[in-house]
Amino acid sequence: MKNIKSNTLFRVKCLVALMIFTTMFTNCDPDETQEVAKLNNLVMQDEFDVDGVPNPSMWTYDIGDGTAEGIPGWGNNELQYYTARPENVNVENGVLVITAREESFEGASYTSARLTTQNLFERQYGRFEARIKLPWGKGLWPAFWLLGNDCDQNPWPQCGEIDIMEYLGDSPTIVFGSAHGPGYNAGDAITKEYELENDRFDTGFHVFGIEWSPNRINYYVDDVLYQSITPSVVEEEAVVDGGPENAGEWVFNRPFYIIMNIAVGGNLPGAPNAETVFPQRMLVDYVRVYN
Amino acid sequence: MMKTIKSIKLKSICILGLVLILAYGCERDLTDDAVLATFPTEGDIFTDAPVGLTDQFFRSFDPAAGANVNGFGVDDGVAYEGTSSIRIDVPVPNDPEGGFIGGVFEDRGDGRDLTGYDALTFWAKGSTTALIGTVGFGDNLEENDYVVTLNDLQLSTDWRKYIIPMPDPSKLTQEKGMFLFSAGTNSTGGMGFTFWIDELRFENLGTIGQERPQIFNGEDIVQEAFIGSSIAISDIGYKVNLPSGTNQTVNASSNYFSFITSDPAVAIISEEGVVNIVGEGTATITARIGDLPAEGSLEVTASGPFPNAPVPMRDAANVVSLFSDAYSNVSVRHYNGFFGGSTTQGGAGSDPNNVDIQAQFSDGTPDNIINYTSLNFVSIGTYETVPLVNISAMTHLHVDINVRETVDPSDFIRLSLESGTGIGSTSFGSFIVNSTALNNIDANGWVSLDVPLSSFSGFSDPANLGQLFFVSDNTIADIWVDNVYFYNE
Repeated sequence: MKNIKSNTLFRVKCLVALMIFTTMFTNCDPDETQEVAKLNNLVMQDEFDVDGVPNPSMWTYDIGDGTAEGIPGWGNNELQYYTARPENVNVENGVLVITAREESFEGASYTSARLTTQNLFERQYGRFEARIKLPWGKGLWPAFWLLGNDCDQNPWPQCGEIDIMEYLGDSPTIVFGSAHGPGYNAGDAITKEYELENDRFDTGFHVFGIEWSPNRINYYVDDVLYQSITPSVVEEEAVVDGGPENAGEWVFNRPFYIIMNIAVGGNLPGAPNAETVFPQRMLVDYVRVYN
Repeated sequence: MMKTIKSIKLKSICILGLVLILAYGCERDLTDDAVLATFPTEGDIFTDAPVGLTDQFFRSFDPAAGANVNGFGVDDGVAYEGTSSIRIDVPVPNDPEGGFIGGVFEDRGDGRDLTGYDALTFWAKGSTTALIGTVGFGDNLEENDYVVTLNDLQLSTDWRKYIIPMPDPSKLTQEKGMFLFSAGTNSTGGMGFTFWIDELRFENLGTIGQERPQIFNGEDIVQEAFIGSSIAISDIGYKVNLPSGTNQTVNASSNYFSFITSDPAVAIISEEGVVNIVGEGTATITARIGDLPAEGSLEVTASGPFPNAPVPMRDAANVVSLFSDAYSNVSVRHYNGFFGGSTTQGGAGSDPNNVDIQAQFSDGTPDNIINYTSLNFVSIGTYETVPLVNISAMTHLHVDINVRETVDPSDFIRLSLESGTGIGSTSFGSFIVNSTALNNIDANGWVSLDVPLSSFSGFSDPANLGQLFFVSDNTIADIWVDNVYFYNE
């Protein structure tokens, strides 16, 4: 969390001022249309209007504790076993419900689900957006994120990761958006918090999105743009000393796929405690992609 | 205040009714009676000075009860924001001016409309990391219908913001009790300390979530009961998740809650939150605040009227009573000392009219019963905070015991008398009630024991009785006790 906080560059008010300035300057900038995406042409959507199993032509699942993938605990010492059972993932009353449970299952103490669009919907650039109500409590770590579709050939972090929304259940007013690549990943990722001033993320739905164009990823919550990551930001922030040769390379010019999950425990959130209430649910009203 | 609120409710119903009449009939005008009273919505209580409080500002709890009125003031040299803060100096327990400090802040008008807020907030810091015993709102020393308190507030030596959530602000249409606190030195081992409060106000945070009203600490209680008996709904609270992600539970007045019985032919609930058993059968008591169901419940099963112990007939002039509804009882320190090594539950406190079971006699008068559970040993104590008891003119101990389980041959209850407790020189004597004696019961299951004091061999100072022990060494876990008295025959 400290890392995340120290990377918080601007407060919202400051950002608004910056946006105004940016607008003023970019009005004179001939490249403006290539820098800022304004994407409203719907190319993919799941409104989760049909109860039951999520649409199999759009969603597949990561199953297990990561051991089969060679990363037990999914690389973060996470505690959950992912399943595709309706107890962990189901569409109910017009929303996708991802449920984290405390139960003994295949040697794990918690179960949850991780949906992906790998090989089903992969796309380069666009506006990726979801409307989500988040769970709460220490140890809950839900996310809505994108992963490059070439991680088999170019192992993470070279294949790139765009975290549209991450959240820790014991900080119910804060989400954060990040980008991971060579020289800027894990604890050194480019990341920024967004804090709600008079509301929480676990008591109602909020919209989380990015606008991703060739040389920019803009992060927003509801109608507030709070972070803009560009190749120059990445170049500046990447760790060069002891990093890879291509530290700071912009790796976001290829198709990515969508992931939604609730992790339980792990390095970032820490383990659930006695006050954590289970089951916990992440409700997704829709996922939409525009170009 | 309750009355005023009720009348306002009636008025609003009245308005609705009148509007309906107007809409359908258009025959009548709204009367003056139907004007809905509104009160100021000011949220600030103290910024650099009191806001809208009485000139008195701080109304102390009763000095006769030990409240120190001298430790309260405004500090113009310390502030979280602005120039000044409230400074409270917590006295040592033996301060001749009073051993603790506490009181309330009262609205200077007719009360405020707090329905637009969701929390009482303030910044505070301490001279040391002490606990403040109680903070809250909803009490002006005259009315406390909607009192909310938080116990053991942990101070830091730097400023910290504290949040007291409001369980149901819609109830607070005319609240006069803006703030209350009480602080002693329990957490500092008797060392006095200072704390400061600043920026005290009602706020609409929007960042409080996961509201969970609670009764019985959120637990589901199953209990046997009897027709005519009553059970108080206890441990009433309101648990929320703060914006920091931590949970916080405040104590809340029962007036925020509505209580529901699954079977009014078995159990009904008074407005004060007392369950009265009125018939045979099983009923479950639940509660809610508005539409929010409370965690915790009470399932009572009543099989009939309470099986009273025999009513004592001896002349009160010849009796010294520790616990009986038939006599005036001497003051006791406790009906359960909760000593180290004791597993015994029940008998909490020192009020003979507020113990474990409040049953009734057939004429409707109360029959109070101690119910010791998980018994290994327990005492009724008459020492330290109350005078030792002189039973030198008495010849016998009487006690009625109702064993609430099967009595095995090796089971026993040992009665012991101790004199001189707490004054240095003690004497001690015991009498064993064996299983045969414990099985000698009346139709209601009671053993009535009359033990000559001469049977307590070694108990030599009857002028200074300090404790009466009940010891089962875990052979018997669950007993009712009634009519514990000494008499002269």
